[in-house]
Amino acid sequence: MQFVKDRFNYLFNSTKGLILVAIAMIGLVTAAWGMLSGPMAEIGVRDWVIRIFGMDLIQAEREGRIVILYHAIAMAVIAIETYMLTGLLKMKSFFKTAINLFITVGYMLTLVFGMGFAYFGHNWAFHGLYITGLSLIFFAGILLCVALYPWDKAYHVADQEHARLKSGVDLERVAFFAAAVTTVLSALFGAVPGSYFGNGFEVFLAENIIRYPEKTTMEYSVIGHLHIMLALIAIMLTLIIGRWLNFKGLWQKVAMPLMILGTIVLNLGVWGVVTPLEPIAHMVIYVGATPSMLAALFLLIWSWNKLIKDGTAHLAKPNFLQKLKALVQDPLKFGPTWQMLFMNFTTSGIGIFMAVKLDEIFRVWPAREERIELTGHWHALSAIIATIILMYYGDMLGLKGKVRQLYGWSIIIFSDIALAGVTVFEMKRLFISEAEQQPLVNGLMYTMDFGLGMLLLLLAIVMVWRLVDLFKPKGRWTEEAAQELSEEAAK
Amino acid sequence: MKRFIFNLSLLAVLLASCAPVNLNAPMPAFETGIDSNAWAQIPAGEFYFGQHNEIQTTDAYEVMVTDVTTTQYADFLNAALADGYAKFDGEKIVGFYPGDEYNGIKHEEKIDAGDWLFIPLNDPSQRIKFAGTIFSVQSGYENHPMTMVSWFGAWGYCKYYESRLPTEMEWEKAARGTDERPFPWGEEIQLNNANYYSSRDPYEDMKSFGSRTSPVGFYNGQKYGVYQTLDSASPYGLYDMAGNVWQWTGNIYEGMHYRFLRGGSKDVYDMDLRVWVRNNATPTYVSPGVGFRCVK
Repeated sequence: MQFVKDRFNYLFNSTKGLILVAIAMIGLVTAAWGMLSGPMAEIGVRDWVIRIFGMDLIQAEREGRIVILYHAIAMAVIAIETYMLTGLLKMKSFFKTAINLFITVGYMLTLVFGMGFAYFGHNWAFHGLYITGLSLIFFAGILLCVALYPWDKAYHVADQEHARLKSGVDLERVAFFAAAVTTVLSALFGAVPGSYFGNGFEVFLAENIIRYPEKTTMEYSVIGHLHIMLALIAIMLTLIIGRWLNFKGLWQKVAMPLMILGTIVLNLGVWGVVTPLEPIAHMVIYVGATPSMLAALFLLIWSWNKLIKDGTAHLAKPNFLQKLKALVQDPLKFGPTWQMLFMNFTTSGIGIFMAVKLDEIFRVWPAREERIELTGHWHALSAIIATIILMYYGDMLGLKGKVRQLYGWSIIIFSDIALAGVTVFEMKRLFISEAEQQPLVNGLMYTMDFGLGMLLLLLAIVMVWRLVDLFKPKGRWTEEAAQELSEEAAK
Repeated sequence: MKRFIFNLSLLAVLLASCAPVNLNAPMPAFETGIDSNAWAQIPAGEFYFGQHNEIQTTDAYEVMVTDVTTTQYADFLNAALADGYAKFDGEKIVGFYPGDEYNGIKHEEKIDAGDWLFIPLNDPSQRIKFAGTIFSVQSGYENHPMTMVSWFGAWGYCKYYESRLPTEMEWEKAARGTDERPFPWGEEIQLNNANYYSSRDPYEDMKSFGSRTSPVGFYNGQKYGVYQTLDSASPYGLYDMAGNVWQWTGNIYEGMHYRFLRGGSKDVYDMDLRVWVRNNATPTYVSPGVGFRCVK
């Protein structure tokens, strides 16, 4: 009994254990549900999976199933970010315990019963538990906002190296607070139309209505919700990475006000799409996105500079190659910001190019082609977020030496290969006709599947390793049970 | 050695990706026995429309049992060219269209009265050829659906024969009948129900040219060589209402110049073959995966 109690205590009562469980849950869902579409469907694996698991897939409900699948995975990702937050930032222990408890129960209910409802027959009790899970996560979000309240003097900072107001208010904490508050409000922005459309499973995917000139307020609300939630997950992760790396100094002092401003303006723009201000909402969104992305750029500049300085400290006058070597010598420290930069090629760059050339190029193509770009670029952003989390997790695990190099570089290289393939696939109509595309499509599919497959394999190896470790009396888990992220953040 | 094998594999994939596609690769020639000149009667009355089964009503109308074939379109061009209904404009055939009302909505483009593209002649995917005096069809494609035709070209064909393009409601009722089925033939889709992406029909080769059109009415339960099809007619006896080619529909919606397409095609996954799925494109768009049929 003590055997189970100790493991349970580690998995559900320590930051690293909670993160491990959530990553494992996402990994399982991704592996199983990834077999229902694309090449796996083509080679017949989908039919086999449906039969083996006894799935009940009604054709008219595909869109509803996908919405629940996205939410199931997204809630686990939000839980991971929340664990990182409660582990990294100072807060009262009551709040930390309560937030972690509510969000853990919440995402597990959402994931297990949401997927049960969507894919295994419509047991409405499951649907109720799914909604209960989402509600608990929402409640955890409110508690997080209270816990992060930055004007509490207990959280003021005196360190001159950190962005702060004269009164001592920690601007980094304000940025976290702004992201948390707007996340909770933007969740409501999805909950209202979710209830409206979900009542009877009458849902739609936003990418399918993008060209309709007249959209209802509820439809705009759904489109706004999905965009802002992903943006907020990315913003929160950028702040987390900054805290993990101990982002400070001049760059941080400039970045934090920009991040606060960007977060608020971006949200105002997105919420504006359901108001009479809709015609200018996009402009407000661009205005908000710019300072947020600048803040991320400043984190990148600061962290790369630090990596170079730390790695060449022993050299009097390092040359370019020595600096480059210092920059890339630790893939887990270099990787997160590199992925943020790479995101500009796969997500932001594509998005801006599409916006600029929308009527000239993309709206000349049929809607189903435009849908590929839309879904492709936000899947790419989601994948980048996942890889950054995995890199931070690798650092949390204390990976060292060759294993650290192998783990870190595998994530960077395999994901970037896959994402480069996705990007070319999205843009293929710019340089090849429908009739002539098949060999290129095949090559790109191999590239994407290779990259993603290897990434999943790597994750599977790590998860199996962690599972085996749990059976050891003095495994790594015993050390992790007592560790906290705030103690390990770079000094 | 391992690195060499990896690099070699990578190079092979890259080279294979750049391989040219033979758009005139040999293809099987099968007669389906389905009359492309036949029309089906659709009675007036209610039916379930859209993914969420909204009850709608249509008047009675007739609809073509199959998509318009390349042979039928070539015959149309020969007749239309002779009486001035269509004409050459460089390497394309154009015809007059009276234009649409313009509302100045964001992204809306003006469709003025004038000559608009029916079909391009210089595209390698075009199966209709002009040999000095008459239009003819590339051998092997005679009973395939007409593709590489714009919305104007489809609209012009139907109008010439005193018919019209179906509205989205008419199209969907013809495909679905009066029950809630997602596919013209029933609840589920199998590989030999329709021509769609990677459906392993005799006309596709995913290693080289990918999917190609199949003859109209191909999925009628017949066995073609070793390939057994399932009878996939709609409740009113229409063929190819799912897969093979997207079909232009006739609605012109206020504030948008896009025209809507229904039915999915040889180039999309099965999910896009569900009867309520909509696609849209500018009316000048042409593709090897887009065709049409008429109603009257």
